Amino acid sequence: MTTPDLGPVGLHALDPGTVDPGTGDPGTGDPGTGDPGTGDGNAYDLLAEDHDEGHRWAFGTGFTDPLDGVDTSVPDGLDPGALVRFCLALGDDALIYSHRLQQWVARLPELEEETAVANIALDLLGQARMLLARAGAIVGQGEDQLAFFRAEKEFRNVRLAEHADRDFAELVVRLLMFSTWRLALFEKLAELEPASGPVSSGAVSAGPVSAGPVSSGAADPVLAAIAAKGVNELAYHRDYAAGWVVRLGDGTALSHARTQAALDTLWPLTGELFRPDPGALAAVDQRAFDAVLDTVLAAAGLDRPNAAPLAPVGGRAGRDGVHTEEMGYILAELQSVARAYPDATW
Amino acid sequence: MTDQSWPLFEVFLRGRRGLNHVHVGSLHAADAEMALHHARDLYTRRNEGVSIWVIRASDITASSPDEKDPFFKPSGDKVYRHPTFYDIPDDVPHM
Repeated sequence: MTTPDLGPVGLHALDPGTVDPGTGDPGTGDPGTGDPGTGDGNAYDLLAEDHDEGHRWAFGTGFTDPLDGVDTSVPDGLDPGALVRFCLALGDDALIYSHRLQQWVARLPELEEETAVANIALDLLGQARMLLARAGAIVGQGEDQLAFFRAEKEFRNVRLAEHADRDFAELVVRLLMFSTWRLALFEKLAELEPASGPVSSGAVSAGPVSAGPVSSGAADPVLAAIAAKGVNELAYHRDYAAGWVVRLGDGTALSHARTQAALDTLWPLTGELFRPDPGALAAVDQRAFDAVLDTVLAAAGLDRPNAAPLAPVGGRAGRDGVHTEEMGYILAELQSVARAYPDATW
Repeated sequence: MTDQSWPLFEVFLRGRRGLNHVHVGSLHAADAEMALHHARDLYTRRNEGVSIWVIRASDITASSPDEKDPFFKPSGDKVYRHPTFYDIPDDVPHM
């Protein structure tokens, strides 16, 4: 048993003396059981797993605040203006995309898919709220103020987020593109979490100046915590979308044709995701995005289009506040109630 | 849509404080993989689940209501099958 063969027996079998401190010593501490078999197959160990960090779970409990214990002051060496612009960009992406998904509710072909899409829309709305709240805290505005009382040219979302899906194929293809890109970005932002700790704490690191240029990465612990929360959500969104793209692409002749058409329609909108943005705190390598897409498209039997990216208008695109004509209709619907009743509460 | 609708799956969920999987409901899906995703979206939205089983409803063999009496009546008068039927001696601990 010296070779690390991580078969079905799992890590525990390699060293029965090792007790995972997190599980509260389910089996190996009691000599009476005489059963060191704490592998994955043991149902009793699964029962002893602590899913609640020691608290008794009940409905409505066990929820966590992603920003619990996170220092919300803007770290030294980080340009607050750049942080605001970056949070608005990612927050607006999520807000507008969420709205587009919400418009599908009550129109999807199956009840189960409706719940799935609504869940995804809610995840993105939650991300939007946290990101807009982060930007708003710096500029002295509430999240609602930013969501409902900005004009179209002040929204920084990419144009992919505002596209109106014409059919279910476009819904899942667009979601695959968006969630693949956003997951890669959030993974990057979340990775920077440990490094960002000392930056914001009182101890000024006088040693190696590791901060570097602002654009080298997010040193904001709040952004890192938001990203860390979003990674799990986005991984599920991508999984959901990829599953459907494969199903439809590899399905009937009709579903294949419509999915390929969706891909062709939407492909030009992906270019904007990789436009150089000097103020961005992080960016995604297009090759990583292409690698994921190629894997899914190969399984789906779909061809990656060669279409050129949708051109910016006068050198400006979504991140610069220049949107497609769809955007006005989205904002009209999104903002009309808040503008009609500016101080309404419920 | 009627003859092409997705098959029915039954969903069993193990909750955070639950010791076993409990039937929570059913849903439609094209296959088991999709059923798992749907179950996640329909039945674990309130942070309650840690494990999901799905099974095609058509794969479940159930006892028939017609056989209810021959199936279950015979055990109705056998109280000695319960441990509480017996007196526990004083020198037997941990009971």
